[in-house]
Amino acid sequence: MAAGKFTGTNTYVATDDLMIAVNAAVTLERPILIKGEPGTGKTQLALEIASSLGKPLYEWHIKSTTKAQQGLYEYDAVARLRDSQLGDDRVHDISNYIVRGKIWEAFQSDDQPVLLIDEVDKADIEFPNDLLQELDRMEFYVYETKQLIKAAHRPIIVITSNNEKDLPDAFLRRCFFHYIKFPDKDTMARIVDVHFPKLKKTLLSEALNAFYKVREVPGLKKKPSTSELLDWIKLLLAEDIPPEALHAEDSRKAIPPLYGALLKNEQDVHLFEQLVFLDRRADSNQ
Amino acid sequence: MLIPFFYQLRDGGMKTSITELLTLLEAMKKGVAGQSVDDFYYLSRTCLVKDESQLDRFDRIFAAYFNGVEDSLADLLQDLPEEWLRRQAELTLTEEERAQIETLGGFEALMQALQERLEEQKERHEGGSKWIGTAGTSPFGAYGYNPEGVRIGQQGSRNRSAAKVWDRREYRNLDDSIELGTRNIKVALRRLRKFAREGAADQLDLEDTIDKTARNAGLLDIRMVPERHNAVKVLLCLDIGGSMDDHVRVCEELFSAARSEFKHLEYFYFHNFVYESMWKDNRRRNAERIPLLDITHKYGADFKLIFVGDATMSPYEIVYAGGSVEHWNEEPGAVWIRRLLNTYPKAIWLNPEPKHRWEFTPSVKLTREIMDERMFPLTVAGLDEGIKVLH
Repeated sequence: MAAGKFTGTNTYVATDDLMIAVNAAVTLERPILIKGEPGTGKTQLALEIASSLGKPLYEWHIKSTTKAQQGLYEYDAVARLRDSQLGDDRVHDISNYIVRGKIWEAFQSDDQPVLLIDEVDKADIEFPNDLLQELDRMEFYVYETKQLIKAAHRPIIVITSNNEKDLPDAFLRRCFFHYIKFPDKDTMARIVDVHFPKLKKTLLSEALNAFYKVREVPGLKKKPSTSELLDWIKLLLAEDIPPEALHAEDSRKAIPPLYGALLKNEQDVHLFEQLVFLDRRADSNQ
Repeated sequence: MLIPFFYQLRDGGMKTSITELLTLLEAMKKGVAGQSVDDFYYLSRTCLVKDESQLDRFDRIFAAYFNGVEDSLADLLQDLPEEWLRRQAELTLTEEERAQIETLGGFEALMQALQERLEEQKERHEGGSKWIGTAGTSPFGAYGYNPEGVRIGQQGSRNRSAAKVWDRREYRNLDDSIELGTRNIKVALRRLRKFAREGAADQLDLEDTIDKTARNAGLLDIRMVPERHNAVKVLLCLDIGGSMDDHVRVCEELFSAARSEFKHLEYFYFHNFVYESMWKDNRRRNAERIPLLDITHKYGADFKLIFVGDATMSPYEIVYAGGSVEHWNEEPGAVWIRRLLNTYPKAIWLNPEPKHRWEFTPSVKLTREIMDERMFPLTVAGLDEGIKVLH
């Protein structure tokens, strides 16, 4: 086995299946594709792998306008044009105008790096196809200077996707795949514990109960996720809400305090309030 | 041992390739996973499955194939091969057999039936070895297909009290053969998006201009491009009321998903079948009707036409003048829908009724004929197929 094995860190709880997927990618030096609900720690994973294995991290955040070429290098024609008009000597060497991208940087790292390609689905449909060769062989060719850039150490590539676009099969075949499913209550308790080690047991269990109840409300447009739960607990602590406020015999009917941190959509809030209202009315009719 | 498993995956409809199998073998050789079956499950999953909608299918095939491996390791000297084969046979039930079991009467009845069979089986195997006992308790091969996820196999698995990971079926609601949720629909509809630069070149292509100017030794060379936009235009016709009431929710989801996906989306409602007019506001369906001819004249032939309806009605409503249940129609619906299809060659019909019921409804058959078989079930997989046809 290579230098280290990823087992989660003291700020990140990794489940068994996630660990195996990551370790497979690390050992075989192949990219790993991470999918999952928003807010389940996909991007965070790359940061944690880098910090736990002690490797440098390169982050490449993808936008809808990002081109595959930008990750490799860009030829800065404007700078060269300006230099040529100012009579700068640099103009004669084209390599002065080659701007390195994140992949190039990662390839040249002295140590085996972790390269995060974040939200790959945001880019154009052709984007993953344009990177096939580069991710497979970990090398690319710079046409302007006619040189071949080869990775000194094959980077550990973590690719995240929010499923906005389908990724091509050829691309998927080259990756390991892991779907971060929504954590169950036990895992969630561990996650919260990692973030708020001094949290009182009662508050934690009440908060989790309330949280999973909100998640179970049918018809929510955006279910609250881990990151929303953590924000909410932070708020609860800041406001010093007692656990009893979360707990109620009729907790089905009570709106949890500060629910704005959990529900991010006015239709969801509205739906939630309506349900509570209906429950109350049903109650008073009895 | 893994090669039959690989073929089992392929037979089960997964698109696993040889490269992925080799990756798995390589990972095993390098000792990524430990000795436990759980580790192997995680490793093979990360190597062989590349889409969360396939995870549930993988779990089921994995369970079917490796069920019993762990138990059998304990008493390897028992007569394993015969039992093994028998188990394989149980798990390869035919479609009809599955359908038969599904028609046993839903979840409760199925549970009851399984329970009875279970007890019967237990008695017969009483005194047998542990392993045979385990096998015997799974007469239906419930791991393999059962949509309700009845996990009788576990009761026999005495070595472990907890459910096996792949038996938990945690990814069931990601399976693409189940019905749609809004998000699923959106993902499916996105496949229909086709970004294109169309029309007049009215935008300055800054990059290309700079590039060409630089290559032109500094002499300005202006480049223009048309604006880039989603070129897909859709006419969505939704059946409303009557037999469609059961499907209102899923249609609403389709509608809300579709609305945000296209720049040009026009929607119309009809009842049961298309006649000379449709409407846009269901509350004022009698007051504000839009003649079909206006629609065909207004929206160009590059619109794609999607009908959503169960097409379940009396065949008279399609083929006869005056067949409509709501009003007197001068010309039969079939004539009107053909007019629409002539104007919009790219058209599909999405049917929320499960596909296996289509055959039993003459009006569905009729509609399919009119649509040239372009009718698809309203599931993610069906939507996918339909969208391929629309392209």
